[in-house]
Amino acid sequence: MRFALIGQPNCGKSTLFNHVAGYKAETGNFAGTTVTYTESKILVSGEKIDLVDLPGTYSLSGMNPAEKVTLQYLTSREVSVIINVVDASHLAQGLGLTVELLEMQKPLVVALNMMDEAAREGMTIDIPELQSLLGTPVVPLIASKGRGVRNLFVTAHYVAKQDNPPKRLTYAKDLEEVILEIAGNLDGKAAILEPEPFAIKLLEGDIQWQGQIHDEYPQLLPKLNHAQLMIEQTRGQSADWVISGERQALATNLASAVVLQGERRVSWRDRIDDILLHPVFGYVALVLIMFLFFEIVYGIGSILETPLLNIFSQLEVFLDNLFGADKLLGASLIGIVQGIAGGVAIVFPYLVPFLLGLGFLEDIGYLPRIAFLMDTLMKRIGLHGNAIVPFILGYGCNVPAVMSTRMLENRRDRFLAAALSTLVPCAARIAVVFGLVAFYLGPTVALAIYFFNLIVIAITGRILSGLLPEKTPGLILEMPVYRIPTFRTVIHKTWFRLHEFVVEAWPILIAGSLVLAILIYYNLDNNINTLVRPITWILGLPAAVGLPLIFGILRKELSLVMLYQALGGVDFSDVLTSVHLITYAVFVVFYIPCLATLAVLKRELGTRNMVIITLLTVVIAMIAAQIARLLATILL
Amino acid sequence: MKLLDVKSGKKVCIVGFEGSRGVELKLRQLGLLPGDTAKVIRHAPLGGPILIECKGRRIALGRGIAVQILVEEV
Repeated sequence: MRFALIGQPNCGKSTLFNHVAGYKAETGNFAGTTVTYTESKILVSGEKIDLVDLPGTYSLSGMNPAEKVTLQYLTSREVSVIINVVDASHLAQGLGLTVELLEMQKPLVVALNMMDEAAREGMTIDIPELQSLLGTPVVPLIASKGRGVRNLFVTAHYVAKQDNPPKRLTYAKDLEEVILEIAGNLDGKAAILEPEPFAIKLLEGDIQWQGQIHDEYPQLLPKLNHAQLMIEQTRGQSADWVISGERQALATNLASAVVLQGERRVSWRDRIDDILLHPVFGYVALVLIMFLFFEIVYGIGSILETPLLNIFSQLEVFLDNLFGADKLLGASLIGIVQGIAGGVAIVFPYLVPFLLGLGFLEDIGYLPRIAFLMDTLMKRIGLHGNAIVPFILGYGCNVPAVMSTRMLENRRDRFLAAALSTLVPCAARIAVVFGLVAFYLGPTVALAIYFFNLIVIAITGRILSGLLPEKTPGLILEMPVYRIPTFRTVIHKTWFRLHEFVVEAWPILIAGSLVLAILIYYNLDNNINTLVRPITWILGLPAAVGLPLIFGILRKELSLVMLYQALGGVDFSDVLTSVHLITYAVFVVFYIPCLATLAVLKRELGTRNMVIITLLTVVIAMIAAQIARLLATILL
Repeated sequence: MKLLDVKSGKKVCIVGFEGSRGVELKLRQLGLLPGDTAKVIRHAPLGGPILIECKGRRIALGRGIAVQILVEEV
C-alpha cells in the first residue's frame, strides 16, 4: 500500500511526514522547502506502508518543476490513498487543491492541519459538515505537536482498504456538459487517470497529455479544440481559467459554509513585523540578528576548538612514540587520527551551532522576512526576493541550495541563482574561514571575508544578469505567521543535516588524510604540488598548499584538514603569513564547488551548465584571491 | 488604479489582473481573487516589494507584480 502526502506549500506536510517517518525530509517555515519527494516505510495497523512526501503545490497544473513532480507521481504510480494536508487557518485557499484532488477520483483523506493556528485566528470549523460536503473523511491535526496523527493514519488505512473513491464536485452546467462529452470519447486505457479527470486535464490544455492524445485518439483533438473555443466564447475566458476559477469558487463556498469566524486574538506575532519589516529598523534587526548569529557560532566554536585539538595532538605524540612517525605504520595511523581530528575538532565545533541556529531561524519563519527585506538588493543582481532562499540555505550546504532553485519559475533565474549560491560559503567553508582566519587573525577579519564574499557575489550577479538580460517575473511570497520552533524539530533537523557529514564526508576526510600521509611518506606530495604550482605561484602561496586545494574539491573541509597535514601538523601561523592565510581562505571560499555540489548542479542544470559554473568559480576565485591579497598587504 | 499606487494603510478591492498568465495563476492560488478586499500594510523603501493582507494572509509582492494588479479604493 502506498500513502501520498499532498498539500500546498508550508501547510506542514513534511512536519507530518517527519513525525511518523523519523527525520528524513527538510522542513522550514517557508514555502517550497520540499522540492523532490521523499519516501519512507511506516507501520499502520500492523501493515507496512510506503509513505511518500510530495512537494508542496498550489494546484496540479504543472507550472513549475515542483508541481510537475507531484502531478507526475500521482499519474504514474499506484497510490492507495491520498492524504491531502490542508492548513486549517487558510481553509478557502487550501481547499482549492482539495477540489482538484477530488477530480482525480482516488481514495482521499483530508488532514486539517494547524488547528491550533486556526483557533488563534478565531476560526471554528464544522468538521462533520465539511466531511459531508466533500464526501470524504476529514481529520483534525496539529502535526507540529503530533496531535491527531495516529487517528489520521488509521483513517487513511481504512479509506485505502475500502477503495471507494469520493465523487468529484460538480461544476457549472455548461462546463459539465463539455467535460462529459470529452470523457465519452475516452476509454480509460490511455492514462492511469479515469476518463473524467483526464477530460478535465485535457480541457485545461495540459501539454503533457496533448502528445498522448495525438497518438492514441487522433479523432479527439479537433473536438477538444472546438470545446475549448466554445468555453472561451461563452465565458470570455480561456478554458483553463474557467476551470481554475470554478475550483476556487467551490473552495470559497465550502469554506464559508463550514467556518465560523470569531474574534481574532491579537498577539506578539502581529506586532513583531512592524519592527522586523520596518524600512529602517528591519535592516538594523537583520544586521543584528546575523551578527549575533555568527558571534554565537564563533564563540561556541572557538571555546571548543582549542581543547579538542590539544587532545588529538597528544594522541599523535603518543602514536609517534609508540610506532614512530618515520615508519609507514606510524605515519598512516597519525594520518588517520588527523582525519578524525579534522572532523571532531575543527568542523564540529562550528557546524553544530551553525546548523542549530539556522534550524531555529528557519522554523521561526524569519527567512521569508529576509526575502522581503532583500528583494531590492536581489533585483540589482537580476533576481527577486524569492531567490534569497538558495543563498541562505547555501550557508548551510550548497547541495540543498542548488536543489531549492527549483522553486524559481524560469530557467534563467534557476541558472543564475544556482551559479551564485555556489559562491556562498557553506558550513564546511565556514569551518575553513573560522578555523584559519578567525582563529589566527580574529573574528573581525573573518567577518570582513564574509562582506567581501557578498560584494563578489553581487558583482558577479550584475555581470551575469547583464549577459542574461531576460526579465525575472518578480516576488510573490507569503509571509507565514511566526511559529515558536519546537525543540524536537530543530534538533532533528540539525541531526538530519549533520548525519550527511558524518556518514559521507567524514569517511572521505579520514581516507583523504590517510592517502595524504602515505603520499608524504613516499615523497609524492611534491609532484602534485608542482602540478598545481602555477596557481599557487600566481596567488603567492607556498607550494605545499597545492595538495590541500586539490583535496578540497572532494570536500571543502579537506582544504583545512589537509593543510594541517601538509604543513606537518604545526601551528599554521609559523609557516603561513597573515597575507597567506587570507589569500588561501578567500581562494577556498570561491573555487570549484565540492563533488556533491557538482553532482547536483549536473542533475539540475545539465553537464554544460555545470562546466560553465565550475570554470566561472575558478576565474572568480583567482581574481578575488588576488584582490584580497592586495587588500591584506596594504591593510595588515 | 494599480495596487502599486495605493498608499500604506488603505483598503482596496481587487478588480482584475493585467499581464502574464503565470503571475495571475499564482496570485489566484494564493487566494487573491477579483472582488476580494486587501489592505496595503507597507511599502518597502528603495523600490522594494509591497506587503498586503488579504483574507488573513500576508503576502509580499514585488513592484513588477504589483503594477499588474488593478484595484479600486474602498
